Amino acid sequence: MTQEIIFAGFGGQGILFAGKVVAYAGMNEGKNVSHLPSYGPEMRGGTANCSVIVSDDEVASPVITDPTSLVVMNGPSLDKFEQSVVAGGKIFIDSSLISRDVERSDVEVFKIDATNMAMKMGLPKLANIIMVGKLIKETNLFTYDQVKSAITKMVPASKPELLENNMKAFDTGYNL
Amino acid sequence: MEKVFTKPHALCDVNLHYCPGCTHGIVHRLVAEVIDELGIEGKTIGVAPVGCSVFAYNYFECDMLQAAHGRAPAVATGVKRANPDSVVFTYQGDGDLAAIGTAETVHAAARGENISIIFINNAIYGMTGGQMAPTTLVGQVTQTSPYGRNAETQGYPIRVSEMLATLEGPAYIERVTVDSVPNIKKAKAAIKKSFQMQLEGKGFSLVEVVSTCPTNWGLSPVEAMEWLRENMLPHYPLGVYKDITKEEN
Amino acid sequence: MAKVLVKGNEALAEAAIRSGCKLFFGYPITPQTEVSAYMAKKLPKIGGCFLQAESEVSAINMVYGAGGSGKRVMTSSSSPGISLKQEGISYIAGADVPCVIVNIVRGGPGLGGIQPAQSDYFQAVKGGGHGDYHLIVLAPSSIQEMVDLTSLAFNLADEYRMPVMIMGDGMLGQMMEPVEFPEEDEGAVYAEKGWAANGTKMERKHNIINSLYIEAKELEDTILERQKKYDVIVKNEPRCEEMNTEDADIILVAYGTTARIAKTAMMKAREKGIKVGLIRPITLWPFPTENFKKHADGKKKFLCVEMSMGQMVEDVKLAIDCKNSVDFFGRTGGIVPTPNEILNKIDEISGGAF
Repeated sequence: MTQEIIFAGFGGQGILFAGKVVAYAGMNEGKNVSHLPSYGPEMRGGTANCSVIVSDDEVASPVITDPTSLVVMNGPSLDKFEQSVVAGGKIFIDSSLISRDVERSDVEVFKIDATNMAMKMGLPKLANIIMVGKLIKETNLFTYDQVKSAITKMVPASKPELLENNMKAFDTGYNL
Repeated sequence: MEKVFTKPHALCDVNLHYCPGCTHGIVHRLVAEVIDELGIEGKTIGVAPVGCSVFAYNYFECDMLQAAHGRAPAVATGVKRANPDSVVFTYQGDGDLAAIGTAETVHAAARGENISIIFINNAIYGMTGGQMAPTTLVGQVTQTSPYGRNAETQGYPIRVSEMLATLEGPAYIERVTVDSVPNIKKAKAAIKKSFQMQLEGKGFSLVEVVSTCPTNWGLSPVEAMEWLRENMLPHYPLGVYKDITKEEN
Repeated sequence: MAKVLVKGNEALAEAAIRSGCKLFFGYPITPQTEVSAYMAKKLPKIGGCFLQAESEVSAINMVYGAGGSGKRVMTSSSSPGISLKQEGISYIAGADVPCVIVNIVRGGPGLGGIQPAQSDYFQAVKGGGHGDYHLIVLAPSSIQEMVDLTSLAFNLADEYRMPVMIMGDGMLGQMMEPVEFPEEDEGAVYAEKGWAANGTKMERKHNIINSLYIEAKELEDTILERQKKYDVIVKNEPRCEEMNTEDADIILVAYGTTARIAKTAMMKAREKGIKVGLIRPITLWPFPTENFKKHADGKKKFLCVEMSMGQMVEDVKLAIDCKNSVDFFGRTGGIVPTPNEILNKIDEISGGAF
């Protein structure tokens, strides 16, 4: 099985980190993974995206042309990637920031009011992890415990409050 | 019979290729005498430039590297960082140090790189046959300033010692010359001080030696010394431009 | 040791440290700056030296000094910076100084772009700087291979006393994959460097690191001597991965990032019933000529895929003495080809089989 996920949004939304959580969990579970970020000046406040592949087989091309899932956190990213998603694929939208609807009818769409929820929770920088929570829930990529274990390893042990906040955000998305 | 004069051990027993009357021979000898007196030949590593002294690697008994034109301070930096206990010096002319290698010179100085630079300033490119150097005086005739250096079109000579002394990095900068026995003694003292300060870990030092090029100046060795005193020294005054050991006192 | 998820540039830097490289001289340039940043963070803590030079020119000359005085040393840059380093690389080759140079290639010419490219192939394998010389050029195609080839690069540099280049691209530098690092052998003793300019200790004649030979005959003799070394390398050091070539009608040829994309295209083509294989050169110099020669039967078709206007394709033609047809597909300027684009080209070559 191979899952190809594109995460996209503005620089500063934690897009690359969201992708890293998924790649990290995949590695922890002994899968083959790759995490390919966009880079350069476009990262300075512009759009950011990363391509994450989780596969039982060796990852050949790390470039995703037809993602099985798309996680988007701003309008321009939806415009850019909507048409590339495979038929039957999943699109996860941060509806706090994207007002328009998905035009495609052959994909599953999940609208998550992630940025507003994160603000209300006092965790404005963790809307990305709310999105990850919903992604994991709907794709069954990993179990809840597998992701928790990954996040625990990624967050520095010296900052327990960071782990707690990340898990709060993850739970919020996962339990929607 | 008692031996009263001998070649320094650190100087190879070979014929130097320099022109008659050229001051490179004197300065080579001074460097070698200092290496002998400090007993550091076994841990000294020299870097030769591109220019008349390109073959300096054949003239010193210590280990030597030959560097690309102007890059000696960068090469010396690599050597010193890789071997912090060694004594590293470069031996460079004015074209090498103050034209093509300006960036390497300025930044080695700015870093306070713990190396010694022996800078031979004779206001001309010698090896290529007498072209204008960054230190050529205004009005001075060379192959590429045949009507005399014109400040309007060819700019002004660079005073390297004064320029580098404005930086915080260097520990010791002195301009000397070798036109007379007293001045040769002073030059040797300066070179020795530079090496000693490196041994003490004090940082970057540069000794500028105002020198002659009789061949390309078109003068006899004696006339060249006269010309140096009358024309070079007024523009390049001798003296200590920076000395952190004095500042400490 | 457990696998870790790490960015290509950082993996390469860590691998260098574990290979005994404690000296790094560099200058910032996208998309390889993480190598410098990693070294700046790590080396001072382990008694090494990271120095940000005033220019690429200075950085490579610092490498010359450190390598010439006997230490394992590395520099890293990207295309425009590598052009600046060519003077120093030529001197390093001419003075037989071992060192490792990393080029995380981006689009050119000129300032070009910052996205992945392979358009520095000619520069890397055909010289780059002036004079008769070669670099050993290693082309990893995964982050794990970046780690493995970095260790190999230092060993080859020391063994043959010459500069070795690791040629990646922006994609490999920036992407993350799980890797396993070898444990560093703290007590590792590397090859004795009796030739190094690291102080005579008054125990031997002085060593001279030099590329100047004013007598033409002497220079020719030196070059001929070095050529003998190159002959050994050409014989013993080619490295290559070959997949599905035996029954293939079409053999894709690609290295680095492009090889991974070609591999996807190969698998897709096989699903459609077209017999496609892949040759992936790991050493670009020496070029793995023997892997091509054995297929020079006049039948199999070659398709060289590169992120350039076609540079390695010339070496493919030379390797098979033009006995088979060799086609080319490339994207350049920072555009990464897609598997489907390659598949279309395969379709075209195979005469529209699907």
